[in-house]
Amino acid sequence: MNLKKTFLPLFNPLSKDNPVIVQVLGICSALAVTAKMEPALVMTISVTAVLALANVIISLLRNTIPQSIRIIVQLVVVAALVVVVDQVLKAYNYEVSKALSVFIGLIITNCIIMGRLEAFALGNKPWPAFLDGIGNGLGYGIILLIVSFFRELFGSGTLFGVQIFPQSWYEAGYMNNGMMILPPMALIVVACIIWVHRAYNKDLQEK
Amino acid sequence: MENLNLFIRSIFVDNMIFAYFLGMCSFLAVSKNVKTAFGLGVAVTFVLLIALPVCWTINHYILTPGALSWLGEEYADADLSFLGLIMFIAVIAALVQILEMVIEKYSPGLYNSLGIFLPLIAVNCAILGAVLFMQQREFSNAWTATVYGAGSGIGWLLAISCLAAIRERLNVKAVPAPLRGIGITFIITGLMGIAFMSFLGIKL
Repeated sequence: MNLKKTFLPLFNPLSKDNPVIVQVLGICSALAVTAKMEPALVMTISVTAVLALANVIISLLRNTIPQSIRIIVQLVVVAALVVVVDQVLKAYNYEVSKALSVFIGLIITNCIIMGRLEAFALGNKPWPAFLDGIGNGLGYGIILLIVSFFRELFGSGTLFGVQIFPQSWYEAGYMNNGMMILPPMALIVVACIIWVHRAYNKDLQEK
Repeated sequence: MENLNLFIRSIFVDNMIFAYFLGMCSFLAVSKNVKTAFGLGVAVTFVLLIALPVCWTINHYILTPGALSWLGEEYADADLSFLGLIMFIAVIAALVQILEMVIEKYSPGLYNSLGIFLPLIAVNCAILGAVLFMQQREFSNAWTATVYGAGSGIGWLLAISCLAAIRERLNVKAVPAPLRGIGITFIITGLMGIAFMSFLGIKL
């Protein structure tokens, strides 16, 4: 029981308290980077790293930050971490860094980060805050990967850039659905995920 | 002519919401009634209108490689571009703070109806997003950057007002239970996005 309670911040955000489809945070980047699976995976890793570290740092500082300037302190901590992620990505994976364009910088204004810092890190010890950061990062990543799986599979016929549908299908008249690549389809795929998720979790439905 | 084209494109074709999904969080949270949505839209437009030329100036005279050459020969090969994110977010946070004080003094009604979302404009992705796009596209002067800021802001204002109007009507409709609230809003935004795609290719 005690063990379960310790790891609650890690597992809760995966489904019941998912940051994207239940808390409705961090929608902007969740939708914009999901046309292909590879950028979605890199984005997941970046957000999880920034979120876990920022949670730990703010949690360590929580008793020394004056209430009135906490937003600015949080922004500075997050911005510094994002600059590091941005530089690392530019150095080791330039192609993906180009594909993500401004969205790495936009991790700063990602509501998941500010939301979790405000709601969790300011009131908890560093270790639960770290687990909460990892948990929410993974919860965000699950949605990103599901959305990009469908969009890349049906939009380009590939997964991680590897062709899935055999060439003979295309010769027989199968065509990629170009619609899935367009930005609005990301919203509709997420809406379908919400639909399925809430159909199984009746207590989340709004009246 | 070039600027007019950019203005129209940034409202309809490169719309912050429908093409890039920037500023979705407050877009979804504040769009429950038209009046508040319109007020927030105006505030965002205003911040964009000021933030873009200021950030353009900072980017052009301080941050880009070799930008410091106006200080003297020995600074000519300085490259401060890694400081970009921190400088921009500081400028935006300061602007929002000023805007908050001005609105509180001159329009307490609007101040009360916007509530927590006024300070949250600082972390609205639409603003930092527009600044980063401005940096990426390398606009040649501050005027072009201002036009881009105005266009993006008006596009965002248009989008949130439309969605708020639709959601007001939606209150009286029978939506399937799991889709109620956030689900149906996503679908509507997606459909509006498809509609906005018909502007693709507009050129003046």
